[in-house]
Amino acid sequence: MRRVRLFGPSAAVAVAVSAALVLSACGGGGGGGTSGTAGELTGTGPITLVQGKDTSGNRQNQINAWNKLHPDQKVTLIELPEDADSQRQQMVQNFSSKSATYSVLDVDVVWVAEFAANQWIEQLPEAQIPLSSYLAPTVETAKYFNKLYAVPRASDGALLYYRKDLLTEAGVTSAPSTWAEMTAACKKVQAKHPAIGCFAGQLAKYEGLTCNFSEAINSAGGTVLNDQGKPDVNTPAAKQGVDFLVNGIKQGYIPKAALTYKEEESRRAFQEGNLVFERNWPYTYAKFSAADGSSKVNGKFAIAPIPGLNGPGVSTLGGHDLAISKFTKNKKTALEFIKFITGEQQENDNLTATSEAPTWASLYDNPQLQAKFPYLSTLKESILKAKKRPAAVQYQDVSTAIQTAATDALNGTKTSDQALAELQTKLSSLIK
Amino acid sequence: MTTITAPPPATAIGKGANRRQGVGRLAAGLVSPTFLVLLLVIVYPLLDALRLAFYQKNTGIDPTTGFVQSGSTFVGLKNFLDLFRGDTGAAFLNSLLNTTTFTIVGVVIETVIGVGMALVMHKAFRGRGLVRASILVPWAIPTAISALLWKWIFAADGIANGIIGTKVLWTTEGLQAWFAVLIADTWKTAPFIGLLVLAGLQIIPAEVYEAARVDGSNAWNTFWRITLPLVKPALIVAILFRMLDVLRLFDLPYVLTGGDNANTQTLSILAFNEAIKGQRFGAAGAISTMLFIYIAVAAFVFVKVLGADVIGTRLGRKS
Repeated sequence: MRRVRLFGPSAAVAVAVSAALVLSACGGGGGGGTSGTAGELTGTGPITLVQGKDTSGNRQNQINAWNKLHPDQKVTLIELPEDADSQRQQMVQNFSSKSATYSVLDVDVVWVAEFAANQWIEQLPEAQIPLSSYLAPTVETAKYFNKLYAVPRASDGALLYYRKDLLTEAGVTSAPSTWAEMTAACKKVQAKHPAIGCFAGQLAKYEGLTCNFSEAINSAGGTVLNDQGKPDVNTPAAKQGVDFLVNGIKQGYIPKAALTYKEEESRRAFQEGNLVFERNWPYTYAKFSAADGSSKVNGKFAIAPIPGLNGPGVSTLGGHDLAISKFTKNKKTALEFIKFITGEQQENDNLTATSEAPTWASLYDNPQLQAKFPYLSTLKESILKAKKRPAAVQYQDVSTAIQTAATDALNGTKTSDQALAELQTKLSSLIK
Repeated sequence: MTTITAPPPATAIGKGANRRQGVGRLAAGLVSPTFLVLLLVIVYPLLDALRLAFYQKNTGIDPTTGFVQSGSTFVGLKNFLDLFRGDTGAAFLNSLLNTTTFTIVGVVIETVIGVGMALVMHKAFRGRGLVRASILVPWAIPTAISALLWKWIFAADGIANGIIGTKVLWTTEGLQAWFAVLIADTWKTAPFIGLLVLAGLQIIPAEVYEAARVDGSNAWNTFWRITLPLVKPALIVAILFRMLDVLRLFDLPYVLTGGDNANTQTLSILAFNEAIKGQRFGAAGAISTMLFIYIAVAAFVFVKVLGADVIGTRLGRKS
């Protein structure tokens, strides 16, 4: 009897869940439309904006500003989980069921190709978007097969954070621009502070490793994909880049713990004063500069472009674009809202409020903003030189392959030659 | 609802056969909602996963538009054969190995510790309530939360490394990640075995132990000859439940070491990665079908060989 009672309430939940599963399963995959050109985006009325958890706290303000101007076309914010993988999953599930709930999607730049290829997002009219005002690499992320599928909203490039106080103390006057200069500077610092680690990025097995690994390869003059979009990773230049990381772990200029670092772990290590150099995104600037005692490096650090083999390195391009779901209504409103939020004024205000990297080129040269964010010109340089991650329809598989090869090399289970040769084979089968 | 109206009492009293038929119909009517639920939540997903396992999503790209072809193609047994060859094969066999080793090693250790916990909880001493409560705390914490907890413990500069005074990178790839998952899993689920064994211990009559004492049996003999055989039915059910649980282990290794860690990837994680991350429902269907068969066979063997009395049939037969 007890058994039956136990099943009672959970059975109801199970039915609800399975009903939801049935519904989503019946939806099938793929989009219906077949038009090759940008269709007419019609319909005005309430829409939704879908994005990861709003950690900046400013998105609702932007939406409120829009809602005040357009009371009959209200925008509602739908927040997804904080990590990118879960965001993508929820978006893909929503597309698979052809749900109209998601109107405007805040997508990571690496998802545009997949979403566009599956015809989940609308092609946008290029003539209506001031593409020339945006930083060129950010516009590239929004395109697929030379057609525009999204509008760049925020960008991101890697920066090198370093301990100015320690370098000055050790007699190093300028920030290093090559890996050799960086490790040499570390040696001088470590002579006095043997406990401090030299350099760390994000080397745990996740998306950040794909960024850091590609960055090392690009910074040594190698490529993951060549200009024709074909894998070309088994080269001497690529090997030199990988060896910078592999030798770093082996020789100790990268602390072993970095193999467990994601963004936050590496930020904490630098913030606790355990690193001389750290590669991270601009968002950590505000945390390092906190004057409330949470940061031990407040006022002691500075920012430089990331170093490379023979000169400044090449960053991996991050950022977010806004796209319109194929399955939603009120697409005209959606487009207008995208234009509003990616406009110069909104991006200016958003940078001031959140320090999120804008996509408007002009904002980087604004003296007022530069005074507030001293890293802006370094960041602009980083983004302008940055390379995209592979724009593959099967991006998830490509990234997993890169992460596997990188982990094998970093753990020493494979030599960098072996890892790169295998990666080349794997990528060749994924990208045809 | 109309199907379960009982026949009028007059006819029921009149003919015995009719009455039995009526009762049978009533019984069928009463259980039919349950069957409907079972059909929906077990049979349908199973059949659908099985159907999916014979299809592959089209991945070809139209070279002029860049659009992915929609729909899927029937590929016969290809998805299943792929589980034993090529890249998918390597990942599948690796996950199968992880799943199996977690199950065997984990359940053995958990059983030993769990029985120990039960014996402690069973003893009468001051503060027993406190001990019982504290032993059960790990079981009460949701797995994902305890995985996060252990993630901090196993961090590079976490407590675990602090205590043993080394710099083991528990959550990166390598055997240490496998151990990290095993430790966290044991911490969480040994109390479950302890709880079920405690229930078994409490129905052993005190007279049995008195008789043993009179006969001069020592503690070890008493445990081996009396406690263990009498607690065996409960213990075996506990082990079976744990085994079925570990075979579909997902959340703990996923949160603790990430979904792509080769040393802790289980079959459930692999199926999840294929379906949700890779959008390859065919491969995921094949993997989950194999996992289903694996679990079913393991349960069957366990019940047959060790005679686990899961649904109390033997108890019913005796009385």
